[in-house]
Amino acid sequence: MADVLLRKVVKRYEEVEAVRGIDLDIADHEFVVLVGPSGCGKSTTLRMIAGLEDITGGDIMIGGDVVNDVPPKDRDIAMVFQNYALYPHMTVAENMSFGLRLKHYPKAEINSRVTEAARMLDITDLIDRKPKQLSGGQRQRVAMGRAIVRNPKVFLFDEPLSNLDAQLRVQMRIEIKKVHQKVRTTTVYVTHDQVEAMTLADRVVVMNRGRIEQIGTPNDLYHSPATRFVAGFIGSPAMNFLPCRLEDVGGKLNIRLTDRIAFPLPGARAARYQGVSRTDKLLLGVRPEHIAEARVHTEPGVEAFDAMLDVTEPMGMETLVYFTMDGTQVCGRVNPNAGAHDGAPFRLAVDLNNMHLLNEVTGVVI
Amino acid sequence: MADVAFQQGRVAGIGSKRKRSSLRAALKRKSAAAFLMTLPLILLISILVLYPAFYSLHLATLNKSMSRFVGLGNFEFLFKRETFWLVVRQSCIFAISAVIFKALIGFIVAHFVHNVPAKGQRKWRGMLLVPWVIPPAMSTLAWLWLFDPSYSAFNYTLSFFGIGPIAWTGDPDWARFSVILVNVWYGAPFFMIMYLASLKSVPEQLYEAAAIDGANWWQRIWYVTLPMMRNIIAITTLFSLIVTFANFDIVRILTAGGPLDHTHIFATWAFRVGIEGSDIPLGASVSLFMVPILAIAAIFILRDVNKRGNEA
Repeated sequence: MADVLLRKVVKRYEEVEAVRGIDLDIADHEFVVLVGPSGCGKSTTLRMIAGLEDITGGDIMIGGDVVNDVPPKDRDIAMVFQNYALYPHMTVAENMSFGLRLKHYPKAEINSRVTEAARMLDITDLIDRKPKQLSGGQRQRVAMGRAIVRNPKVFLFDEPLSNLDAQLRVQMRIEIKKVHQKVRTTTVYVTHDQVEAMTLADRVVVMNRGRIEQIGTPNDLYHSPATRFVAGFIGSPAMNFLPCRLEDVGGKLNIRLTDRIAFPLPGARAARYQGVSRTDKLLLGVRPEHIAEARVHTEPGVEAFDAMLDVTEPMGMETLVYFTMDGTQVCGRVNPNAGAHDGAPFRLAVDLNNMHLLNEVTGVVI
Repeated sequence: MADVAFQQGRVAGIGSKRKRSSLRAALKRKSAAAFLMTLPLILLISILVLYPAFYSLHLATLNKSMSRFVGLGNFEFLFKRETFWLVVRQSCIFAISAVIFKALIGFIVAHFVHNVPAKGQRKWRGMLLVPWVIPPAMSTLAWLWLFDPSYSAFNYTLSFFGIGPIAWTGDPDWARFSVILVNVWYGAPFFMIMYLASLKSVPEQLYEAAAIDGANWWQRIWYVTLPMMRNIIAITTLFSLIVTFANFDIVRILTAGGPLDHTHIFATWAFRVGIEGSDIPLGASVSLFMVPILAIAAIFILRDVNKRGNEA
């Protein structure tokens, strides 16, 4: 068990700078997820922590020791790979015990650890099989078992679920969470799937183009994104961004979306955005769940408007509605019984209490 | 009458229709189509391999003038000859030691080439394949000059260290060493290229997993590389064992079996007795002797490959 610290870590491949000086503190027992689109440097960062990639600059510390030049085998870490990387010629038990056997642990100790891990992962029956005889989900369990028996300082997961089908992915996600609750080992988990990031993490690190965009709890990121990238990346369906500007009308602050549509801002929001230049190009960020069917009795800050729906997607417990506002496609989530139909007019309401205002040029949330 | 004729025509019509459709059905069956497609190869093999094989079996049962059937007489005669047992021993020593060194050198060189950056790798691969690409009859001539007792580059170089001159092809032990050396030089690139292909097919993540599991360089080779290459190693070794056992050109050119039959192997000795000694039935019996020895090796090696076939 240990904490992991990254200080100004840089990775350069000849011309390309994959990781551009990131700082990250991961506390003992913490489950941290690195998330971002492909090529954002998240896997490289993980591999640098593992020691599989040299670092070009900066320091990596595990449990207080600088490990920049320590080979992977001496870092006391365990890693679960995307394609599992099980040794095909070894049985499940041999795969799991390989690391311990190399370190010449006593046989009894190895056996008890393997049995314990197999029980925890529910693979006791598979212990004598070869990886070829296992399904994808079972292989994933074995790969995790191999990490658990080592009882390392840090677990590293490199997109462990992306080779599994959707149903199994949900199941394994829960499985991973359970394991972490039991063993409490510091975990760094890489994924490009924001749902995985949100559901698993104590803290999520959103990366983009080799830099950290934002670090925070899943709720922080969802409700208070710092940049347009984070706001757009976290949440599904993604947040809507509408070009807008602020204007003063009769001593009140309005947000104007189109020539015809403008809404007064609720009091708290108006106070917050008072200092924003009226000429700046801005974006209104609204999550789909904050655009719903209009109710008869509206709460303060919820503004109704009419829209012509392009497409509706009934999801069962909700219906997603898509409409166009000044050339921008907008998504809303309405009650399935509200009567939304393709190509029909529909009265919607936007909840401005949960809006975000972004600077269109810098992409920063104001 | 008309009725009968009509009936007959109808029956005939049905018959031919059924025949055509059954032919089509037969063609549709995968196994039948596969058999037809492999038929040319099967014919070629029967003409070029099976016929000569059976013919040599037949030859081996004839007397020297090929006029009388003598049964196993030729073999009885061979078993009493000391030279024959010398050839058996030498063939085994030659094939086994050459294959071991070819495999070892091929494995080591394959590792080096595998670790050469991708840019320069093609060049190295190409250069290292040269010994295998040159017809051995030609390259062995070059070796013959290198081994020349008085004017050779080897002895000249060794003379600076006060060693030699060594009778490379004149002394029985050195002659054996020389033919094995040339065979290893000629055959190692084949192992190299096979091992290289197999090395490249080992997923990089297995090495990474092993590195994290705490394996050092040697343990990674022992626990990851070798097990992953086992089938290729087995098949390559078997193949090379067969080819080396049946080698002819290198020994024939370098020593012609000498000195005093001390480098003869099955093929060269069969040639010596059969063609040069004009006893073709006896030569055929000698060459037939390779079959049981190789068959046993093949059974052992292939059985292991089959067993592991569905592992990876």
